[in-house]
Amino acid sequence: MKKVFERPRLLKPATFHFCPGCGHNILHRVIAEVLEESDFRERAIMIAPVGCAVLAYFYLDIDVTEAPHGRCTAVATGIKRAIPNSLVFTYQGDGDLASIGAGETLHAAGRGEKVTTIYVNNANYGMTGGQMAPTTMLNQVTTTCSAGRSAEREGYPLDMSKILASLPGVCYVERVALTSPANVQKFKKALRKAFQYQTEGLGFSLIEVLSTCPTNWKLTPVDSLKWIEEVMTKSYPPGVLVDRKANRGDSE
Amino acid sequence: MLTKMVFSGFGGQGIMMMGYALANAVMKDGHEVTLLPAYGAEVRGGSANCTIAISDDEIASPVASAPEFIVVMSTPAFLRFQNHIKSGGMLILNSSLIEGETIREDIKVIPVPAGKWALELGDLRVANFVMLGAFARLTGLVALKSLEEALVSLFPARKAKLLELNQRALRFGYQTIEKEEK
Amino acid sequence: MKSSANKVLLSGNHAVAEAAIRAGCHLYFGYPITPQNEIPEYMSEHLPKIKGGAFVQAESELAAINMVLGAAATGRRVMTTSSSPGISLMQEGISYLAALELPCVIANMVRGGPGLGNIATAQSDYFQSTRGGGHGDYRTITLAPCTVQEIYDLTQLGFYLADKYRGPVIIQGEGLLGQMVEPVELKEPDKKDLPPKDWALTGAKDRPGRMLRSLILEEGILEEHNWKLNRKYLEIEKKEKRFESFRMEDANLAVVAYGSVARIAKGAIKRVREEGLKVGMIRPISLWPFPGEAIRKAAEKVSQFLVIELSCGQMIEDVRLALAGKAEVNFYGRPGGGVIPNPAEFGRVISRNYYQKVRKAR
Ligand SMILES: Cc1ncc(C[n+]2csc(CCOP(=O)(O)OP(=O)(O)O)c2C)c(N)n1
Ligand code: SF4
Ligand SMILES: [Mg+2]
Repeated sequence: MKKVFERPRLLKPATFHFCPGCGHNILHRVIAEVLEESDFRERAIMIAPVGCAVLAYFYLDIDVTEAPHGRCTAVATGIKRAIPNSLVFTYQGDGDLASIGAGETLHAAGRGEKVTTIYVNNANYGMTGGQMAPTTMLNQVTTTCSAGRSAEREGYPLDMSKILASLPGVCYVERVALTSPANVQKFKKALRKAFQYQTEGLGFSLIEVLSTCPTNWKLTPVDSLKWIEEVMTKSYPPGVLVDRKANRGDSE
Repeated sequence: MLTKMVFSGFGGQGIMMMGYALANAVMKDGHEVTLLPAYGAEVRGGSANCTIAISDDEIASPVASAPEFIVVMSTPAFLRFQNHIKSGGMLILNSSLIEGETIREDIKVIPVPAGKWALELGDLRVANFVMLGAFARLTGLVALKSLEEALVSLFPARKAKLLELNQRALRFGYQTIEKEEK
Repeated sequence: MKSSANKVLLSGNHAVAEAAIRAGCHLYFGYPITPQNEIPEYMSEHLPKIKGGAFVQAESELAAINMVLGAAATGRRVMTTSSSPGISLMQEGISYLAALELPCVIANMVRGGPGLGNIATAQSDYFQSTRGGGHGDYRTITLAPCTVQEIYDLTQLGFYLADKYRGPVIIQGEGLLGQMVEPVELKEPDKKDLPPKDWALTGAKDRPGRMLRSLILEEGILEEHNWKLNRKYLEIEKKEKRFESFRMEDANLAVVAYGSVARIAKGAIKRVREEGLKVGMIRPISLWPFPGEAIRKAAEKVSQFLVIELSCGQMIEDVRLALAGKAEVNFYGRPGGGVIPNPAEFGRVISRNYYQKVRKAR
């Protein structure tokens, strides 16, 4: 009998600590699947963030280091410069990347570091219990903007992908909404492409993932998916924000 | 004398409210009290619990390694906490939700159908205060009147109806146990 | 039984926030970190309702402490709070606050380290707080509460001392103290005899411009500035040492402990006293300035000291320095971030130390 579904080899036999219905569950699995293909695994070095995904090293059977909160892309720079042939990728939440790590992110991208970032946007600080993040949308309620985010009080949300896409050192930015099997495939394709571009030395690449956090959104897993489709994608529309190779006309 | 107890169940059952109500009541009665919610990683997975210590002297530690009284509102809480209880202590369980028996023979086990009684009052959400009323009667640690007064500071003035319902729940739990004892 | 008429139940974290607001601190800048998120959450709820109040969730602790620096420069009361990893990030700013002599209060709800550690309670940031933490020759007043009431009181005292001596004050809380709930009497803050803030930047209307600076290139002037800071630190050492002495009247053995460990040790001492052991405790309330004389003085009668900490041994260095070899110093500690010890455990350790000494003496 042919096996149609199995545990990716690179996923260690550990139980995820994530909440039920959390987008991190899916992402970890899919990353394992992509890494299994080609020679990615033996070159890969991952930088885990401070956030709900900090325990990535318990799940993925590849080389992983932790970084202080927000400093992933600085650590990635160090690794990549030390081993230029490695496949270096960071996995960061929106608080980690767009708030405390905004400086490191901007400058790694600005320098055009040949690393890849998976940017998990769940519009709040998951791990610390649902505080406002830079991505929290206007009127969205969190524990530190209990009256809903207001432009006057808390200021406007930041769209980091859009900002980064404008930098010449950045070769590829795509945003996907992790809401359906078809969209999961889109993420896989994007990740493969980002790894390919990194291997070709084209520059900094980033994939933003709109990802569920049912616990802090106080929604069921199913309603969380709906909320991404109906609310989040209005502020953060999925699609390719920049693809310099395609623009040059020499993509596959 | 120092007495320690744990209230436990799952998130949404109002476990912390029970703790706050009890702590408030014994504070107003002039006792020393500490209340310690479980925090952090422990909270994941939907469980909730808090530890209360009551004394007439300063309380050294808000933690209880072997509490005298444990109230469990859910099966996972029952499975987890039945072994913690001090020998000779009392385990009060929400028999509307919890099946299964304890293996401990050195403790007193008192089933209280808090869920069922709450439904008799028309609202399952007050099971926590039905239980707290029963707890007050069973342990003699706090007067019913003190608890009823403590609830006033837990509910904002505009929620008078809710306050009244929860006070009724306290009385119902207390008095039903009292009747059963007779 | 004590009067409890005007007491309310507060968690340690909420007590920090409420004490600050009542002390007139209506400006708060911070970044989320467990186990102290209840403080920014409380501030975000209450400060926007106060006229002139502001809460900003900063993009990092680095930004938060510099927002504090800016607000403090205007002479208004301001605070930030965090827990160990976040406090590490603030060290640069704290050095500048000390150099610029700007008052503010910083509460650290210490958690297990080093690195990310975990969110359980710990006392492993003693060195960081009492030795300055950042670069340069400076000190920060560090106050260590052991009850929620004391968290409230010391937070208010912190604002007072910050204004009095012009500098950052650290409230050395602990994860456990921040989470636990106890009755608190909401006292009114002391504001008497504070010097005027004639250095504050408020706009140079009808007066010459003022400057706040820590870059001092002129020959000999930086040295002079450091001497001036030093005179201030010496004055603080003279006037602001605080400690609690417990059952020391006839003690043969003195426990030295602070914060949560001290309250647990107190329970242990009561137990061993029932068995006839003559044990007392000195509890430093100000970790800097450290109440060294009190310990030295105790050594006139006590020959054995037992330092207990939720770390592998940090405060013990100050106890040894204070005693300068005058008495035997033993240590019992467990790294933070793990199990919270109970009075029975401390009681066993105290008895063991007590009887070993007695046996040796025979
Ligand atoms: C220096 C420092 N500050 C704060 C924290 C606390 N902290 C842990 S995770 C986190 C934010 C996580 O949010 P995000 O990056 O959006 O990841 P998510 O959990 O939502 O996936 C914060 C503030 C820390 N660990 N270190
Ligand atoms: S808190 Fe949110 S982001 Fe974190 S594991 Fe739970 S659902 Fe996922
Ligand atoms: Mg997030």
